Amino acid sequence: MHDNLVVLNNLKKYFFIKEGFFSGKETVVKAVDGVNLKIKRGEILGLVGESGCGKSTAGRLLIKLEEPSGGEIYFDGEDITASNGERMRKLRREMQIIFQDPYSSLNPRKTVGKIIEEPFIIHKIGNRKERKERVKCLLELVGLRPEYTDRYPHEFSGGQRQRIGIARALSLNPKLIIADEPVSALDVSIQAQVINLLQKLQEDFNLTYLFIAHDLSVVEYVSDRVAVMYLGRIVELSDSRELYKNPQHPYTEALLSAVPVPDPTLKKKRIILEGDPPSPITPPSGCHFHTRCRYKTEVCREEYPVFKEVTAGHFVACHLRV
Amino acid sequence: MERETPGRLFWHRFRRNRLAITGAMIVILLFFFAALAPYISPYDIGDINTKNALQAPSRDHLLGTDQLGRDVLSRMIWGSRISLLVGFVAVGIAIVIGTFLGALAGFYGKWVDNVIMRFVDIMLCFPTFFLILAVIAILEPNIWNIMIVIGVTSWMGVTRLVRAEFLSLKERDFVRAASATGAKNSRIIFLHILPNALSPIWVSATLGVAAAILTESALSFLGIGVQPPTPSWGNILTAGKDNIEIAWWLSLYPGLAILITVLGYNLLGEGIRDAIDPRLTAS
Repeated sequence: MHDNLVVLNNLKKYFFIKEGFFSGKETVVKAVDGVNLKIKRGEILGLVGESGCGKSTAGRLLIKLEEPSGGEIYFDGEDITASNGERMRKLRREMQIIFQDPYSSLNPRKTVGKIIEEPFIIHKIGNRKERKERVKCLLELVGLRPEYTDRYPHEFSGGQRQRIGIARALSLNPKLIIADEPVSALDVSIQAQVINLLQKLQEDFNLTYLFIAHDLSVVEYVSDRVAVMYLGRIVELSDSRELYKNPQHPYTEALLSAVPVPDPTLKKKRIILEGDPPSPITPPSGCHFHTRCRYKTEVCREEYPVFKEVTAGHFVACHLRV
Repeated sequence: MERETPGRLFWHRFRRNRLAITGAMIVILLFFFAALAPYISPYDIGDINTKNALQAPSRDHLLGTDQLGRDVLSRMIWGSRISLLVGFVAVGIAIVIGTFLGALAGFYGKWVDNVIMRFVDIMLCFPTFFLILAVIAILEPNIWNIMIVIGVTSWMGVTRLVRAEFLSLKERDFVRAASATGAKNSRIIFLHILPNALSPIWVSATLGVAAAILTESALSFLGIGVQPPTPSWGNILTAGKDNIEIAWWLSLYPGLAILITVLGYNLLGEGIRDAIDPRLTAS
């Protein structure tokens, strides 16, 4: 048994965009640019960042929905970076994904029963009757009525659809679940229900989550540890409580200052980040964040800071923290 | 409460479209004629009676007789069989080729897409009708050759449609979910993407039948399609052309039949399209 279920070593994903039919020039989008991350067995690791920072791409790379351009992925001690074919199909039973948009993640032409049953068919598990039984169990597990098997996705609400997606992800008893913004598309009242369901399932089945989100309050609530991503790289990683109490990176600081606090009398100082996030096609020199940083110095413009441990278990990539 | 299945929703919208219903009725009526040809045609189509040649429409011959004294109504009823057969087989061939190539191009992308789509461009460069003329001139002009030739020269539109559908559907999360569970490409293509890409294929097939019927009539009219004595609307028209000054009915009725049939299929096709996706309806 390895303590770390997942280890990402300098993981990279570059997208190449041709500029035109005749010009041979290609533009490189560095969506994920050297991510190092360890996910411990049984933990919920939150991954936060702005839209376009590469967090979803990182999640998809991890379960090999996209081929990485560089780096290594270890799953349960095994290097799966180059795995494909039958080996990868076996591995897929161990890792599943829950998508952000419950309206696009379920095949509109299939009944709910068929959707949840499909993983069993693909991996040739059980006979017809056993599969039907397990589908019903799974529906109950995620809080839906087992009679719903013959209905189509469009007959359900967003929250119910997300539960169906969760049931599908759980069907093969995976070890790891990538939750790619699982509640961002839901009403706030439904968000809490789905998060509680995810937490309960995590305890019951000893699951490991990579919880991708842009809502910091949600991430703080669910995660054991949190990683902050900016422009394709991880800039800060720490225990969840520690991160919220004591953010080290100026970017994290700014993000946290934007979290609303349910206390109207409390006057908080907001740090407003200026400008848009730079394009991952032409990332700034040195520290990627220096263009929007309040504390920038000469060295920030020239050198990318090392990702180092400042206190036990608290890592940050910033020149200001030594 | 009735549940809203996609089928019911489709029917509900289709029913309210009068033009579409008219189109459907025409098509059903044609099927009816074609299926019951031996029972409802009043005369034998091979019955030559030169004494009776070029009779104007009368009680005995509702649509008159042709230059050999054969009953035009009977020949047109049998001709509807040819039209339907050619329409459906030719479109069937086009749909199979088009869907297959479009699916490959859209799903695999990269060089597969490039090769297939450039081939489509090349095919589209040929003036189709002259290509058909040339091929038929080399091959024997019988009904099977005509169907095959129409089929293999009309799949390009379907390919483009299917490719576009595949391009957008393969980025959808339910397709990603299927590959995340380990589904093989064939399963993803046939069970996940294709069923969701069918609606434009149905529309294009219905409209394609109309085009194929038109092409067949034109070929038969030119004498390189269905060969007499087998009756087809096109070759009845040829006879009509030679006698147009003295026997208008020989040109008018098969012409009308072609017009109404093509109109029927086009109305039906557009009706299906509007019922599948009301947003596409031009205001």
